Amino acid sequence: MVATEKPDSYQVVGTRPIRHDGTDKVTGRAGYGADYQAAGMLFGRVLRSPHAHARIKSIDTSKAEALEGVRGVITNADFPQPDDSQVEIGEGATTSARWMLDNVLAGEKVLYTGHAVAAVAAIDPHVAEDALDLIEVEYEVLEPVMDVREAMDENAPVLHEFLRTEQIASAFGGGEMVGAKPTNVAKFLEFKAGDADAGFEEADVVVEREFTTTMAHQGYIEPHNGSAFYNKDGHVTIWSSTQGAFGVRDMTAGLLQVPVSQVTCEPVEIGGGFGGKIGIYLEPLAALLSKQTGKPVKFTMTRQAVLEATGPTSGTYMRVKVGAKNDGTLTAAHVYLVFEAGAYPGSPMGAGAMCALAPYQVPNAHVEGYDVVLNKPKVAAYRAPGAPASEYAVESVMDEVAQQLELDPMDFRLKNAAVEGSRRPDGAVYGVIGNEEVMEVVKSSEHYRSELQGENRGRGVAMGFWFNVGMESSAYASVNADGTVSLSLGSADIGGTRASIAMQLAETLGIAAEDVKPQVVDTDSVGYTMVTGGSRTTFAGGWAAYESAMDIRRQLEERAAAIWDVDREQVSYGDGGVTGPADDDGNERSMTFKELAGQLAGSGGMIQGRADVNSMEAGPAFAGHIVDVEVDPETGKVDILRYTAVQDAGTAIHPSYVEGQIQGGVAQGVGMALTEEYFYDDDGRMLNSSLLDYRMPTALDLPMIETHIVEVPNPGHPYGVRGVGEVPIVPPAPAIANAIADAIGLRMRDLPMSPRAMLEELLPDED
Amino acid sequence: MTDRMIVSATINGEPLEFLADQRDSLLEALRERIGLTGTKEGCNDGNCGACSVLMDGRLVNSCLVMAAEVEGADVTTVEGLATEDGLIPLQQAFLEEAALQCGICTPGFLVAAKALLDANPNPTEYEARYWLAGNLCRCTGYDKIIRAVLKAAEA
Repeated sequence: MVATEKPDSYQVVGTRPIRHDGTDKVTGRAGYGADYQAAGMLFGRVLRSPHAHARIKSIDTSKAEALEGVRGVITNADFPQPDDSQVEIGEGATTSARWMLDNVLAGEKVLYTGHAVAAVAAIDPHVAEDALDLIEVEYEVLEPVMDVREAMDENAPVLHEFLRTEQIASAFGGGEMVGAKPTNVAKFLEFKAGDADAGFEEADVVVEREFTTTMAHQGYIEPHNGSAFYNKDGHVTIWSSTQGAFGVRDMTAGLLQVPVSQVTCEPVEIGGGFGGKIGIYLEPLAALLSKQTGKPVKFTMTRQAVLEATGPTSGTYMRVKVGAKNDGTLTAAHVYLVFEAGAYPGSPMGAGAMCALAPYQVPNAHVEGYDVVLNKPKVAAYRAPGAPASEYAVESVMDEVAQQLELDPMDFRLKNAAVEGSRRPDGAVYGVIGNEEVMEVVKSSEHYRSELQGENRGRGVAMGFWFNVGMESSAYASVNADGTVSLSLGSADIGGTRASIAMQLAETLGIAAEDVKPQVVDTDSVGYTMVTGGSRTTFAGGWAAYESAMDIRRQLEERAAAIWDVDREQVSYGDGGVTGPADDDGNERSMTFKELAGQLAGSGGMIQGRADVNSMEAGPAFAGHIVDVEVDPETGKVDILRYTAVQDAGTAIHPSYVEGQIQGGVAQGVGMALTEEYFYDDDGRMLNSSLLDYRMPTALDLPMIETHIVEVPNPGHPYGVRGVGEVPIVPPAPAIANAIADAIGLRMRDLPMSPRAMLEELLPDED
Repeated sequence: MTDRMIVSATINGEPLEFLADQRDSLLEALRERIGLTGTKEGCNDGNCGACSVLMDGRLVNSCLVMAAEVEGADVTTVEGLATEDGLIPLQQAFLEEAALQCGICTPGFLVAAKALLDANPNPTEYEARYWLAGNLCRCTGYDKIIRAVLKAAEA
C-alpha cells in the first residue's frame, strides 16, 4: 500500500493536455489493424454457418482451392488438436483450449448462426468471397435452444454431451462438478449472508419482481481484424486490433501449439473494444493460412459477422426480492440470476451476482446464479460484465420499495448505503469507497432538486457499482538528452491512456506532460501487461509509470551526487530537479531535470527507469445517475430530456477523458435500455445483424451528458486513481426504467424498453 | 480472374490514376488499392458513417459508391483536410475538446462535420446532432464531438 499524495499539490494530474496520439488520429495517420498492408499480402475471408445448431457431416473445399487466385483453405481439422486443458483468457477468466479452437473454427458441431466453419486466403478480397461459395458443407441440422429457461430444462436439446454442472462459490475461481447428466447448465453459484428467510419475516414491505434482458453487443465501430505473417523460421508476427496484445500472443500460440516466444504482437490502434476485443477470432486463421501460403494474410470481419458471431453480453432472466422496514432499513434480499453464456460456458453471471446488491448494506441476503449454454454466440466481456443486468433488476426493485414506503429514492439509498467496512453479501469488505459521497452529490445536485414539469415526463435515479481490477502492467522509461522521456507501454490505448499514463510519469518527475513521449510497443519490447479492460489501464499503467519515474529519480540522485562529488544521501529529488548541499561558496546546488538530462551522456551515460506492478486489488467504483424522460404514448418512444452522471473517480488524472468515459458509458447504457436487442427467428437466425437494425444511439438520440466527478482518493494507488471506464454503463437502464415509472406509472421489467415493448404495455388488448 | 479498370480522379487535390476491380467500392479502392487507409470501414452498408468522404463537395459513404463512379470526380478524405498551415479548426477543436477516444469514427466525423460547416457555418446544437446522426460513435456519447463541432464553427 502506498500513501496518497495531497491532491492540491499536483502540477500535471488533473490538467487537460492534448493527447499525445491526437494528431495522428485526426489526420488519418494512425494505423489500426485493418490498415496493415504488405507486399504480396493475401486477403482472408470466413465461411459461416447458416444454422444455429447442426452437426458437420463433411466439408469439401476442393472446388474453392481450385479457384484461380485462391492460395489456401483451412478448417478446424488443420489445427493441431488441443487437449482439455484450461487457458487464461484475461481478467481471471479461463476456458478450455478445445472450446477456444471450436469457437475460432467449428469442430464437430456448429452451435450458433454465424459460427465460423472454414477460412480462405486469396490474392484479392473478391476472389476470397467467391471461394466461400464453392465450399460444400453437409450439415445434419439439430433443434436449436434459443431460450435460456428452456435450455435449463432437462429435456432440452444438449449442446455439449460432456458438459456437467459445476458449482462455484465465487466469480473468481473453480468449483466442483455436481451434475451427473449431460446438461446446458454449465455453472451454479450460490452465496448467503445472514438468514434471508428471517430477514423477510422482519420486513414491513416486500417487493418481488421478474426481469429479462436481451443480448446486447459492445458495438465497437471497428470490426474485428487479424493479420499475420508466419516466417520461414517459424516466427509468427500478428497485427490485430486488440485490447490485450499479450493475451492474443498467448492464446494464438496456444492454438498453434508453439511457444509464446515464437509469436510477436505488433502494436496497432484499436477502434473500440468495451471487453469484446479480448478474445481471439481471426488471428489464428491468419497465422495458419500464412504458414500454409508463405504470405502475409489479412482478415477483416464483416459487420454481420461481428454481430452474429462475436461479442455480445448475456441475455438474462432474473428474479429479485427485497424486504425493508417502514423506516426504510433493508432487512433482506434474494437475487436469482440466469445468464446466457452463448455456445460455450462463461457468462458474467458470477460478477453480476457479486455486484447485484453492492451499493447497499443488506444484513440478510441469498444470491444464486446459473450460467447456461444455448445456440447463440459465445458471450464476451462487455463493460462491467454482468453488472448492468443484475443491478438493473435490483435498482428497479429498490425504487419500488422506496415508492411503497413513500421515501425519497435517494434518502432510501443513503439510509442503506454501503460504507467503509461494510461487508458485501459475497463476503468482500469495503475499504475506502465513495458510495455515500456519490449519493450525496446526486441528492444535492441542481438536477435532482430542480422541478420537472410537463405531461408524460418523469425522473429516475439509480446507483451502480463495479469492482475494477489491478493486475499486471509494465513500463519502460528512457531519459533523453533534451530533457524528455520516452515511455514504452504494453497497454492498447483505446481512450486516451497514453496521455493519462504519461501524465503520472510527468507528475512524478515534475516535468510537463508534453515532455513525455508515450508509445505502445510490441510484445517483445516491454514487460507483460494485461488487457486494457477492467478499468485498469490508467490505474495499473499509471502505477507502473510512477514506479519507473521513481526509479529514474533514484538514479538521477546518484548521478547528481557523482557530478557534485557529494554523498548520495545529501542529494534529493523534488520539484522537477535535484538539490544537494551548499558548495564551498555557500550556494545551494541544484539542477533541473532538463539540465541534468543534458549532462547524463558525459557523466556516465543515459539512464532508464523500469517497473512491473501487479496489484491484486483496485479501488471499487460507484456511480449515481439522474435522468429525465418523456414518453410518447402514441408511439411508445422514450426521449432522454436531461442526463446527469455522478461518479467517484478516486483522482481524475485527465478530467476530459474521465468525463468521456462516463458519457460513453451512459450512451451505451441508454442503448441497452431503449433500443438495442437481438432478434432471432424460430430457427435461431439473427434477424437484425446490421447497424441499421441493431439500433445504437446516434447524436440525435442523446442530450449533452452532464458529469460530476467525485474524488475520494484510492489509498491503494500512488495518485489515488480508481478505474472509471466500466461503472457508468450500470445505472442508465434502471434510472430510465424508474423515470418511465415516474412519468406514466408503468414499470418496465424487460430490456430494451423499445417503442414496441412500450406499446405492448400501453395499447389496450385487441382481444 | 477479376475485371480490372483504370480510374482517373482527383484525390485530396492530386490527380491520380488507379487500378480498381469492377466490384470495388470507393472505400475498398481508397484503402486497398490506393493505400489511403485513413477512411475507415465500420459496417460496409452505409449505416455507420466511418467511411465518409466528400465527392465533388458532397458528403457520401464511400462504401456505397463504386470506385468506377469517381471517374473524373474530386474526392476529399480525412488525409486531405489539413493544409500547409496545419490542422483545420475542426481537427484542432477535436483535440482540444477531447472529442475522440478510440479514434476509429473520427475521420468520418471530421469529414461529415466539414461538410456541415461548409453548408451551414453556424449550426445550432440540434442542427449539428441532426446532420451527424449518420455517423456512429460508440465511445464518447457524442457530447464532446458536438461541442468540438460547435467550437470549430465559432473559430
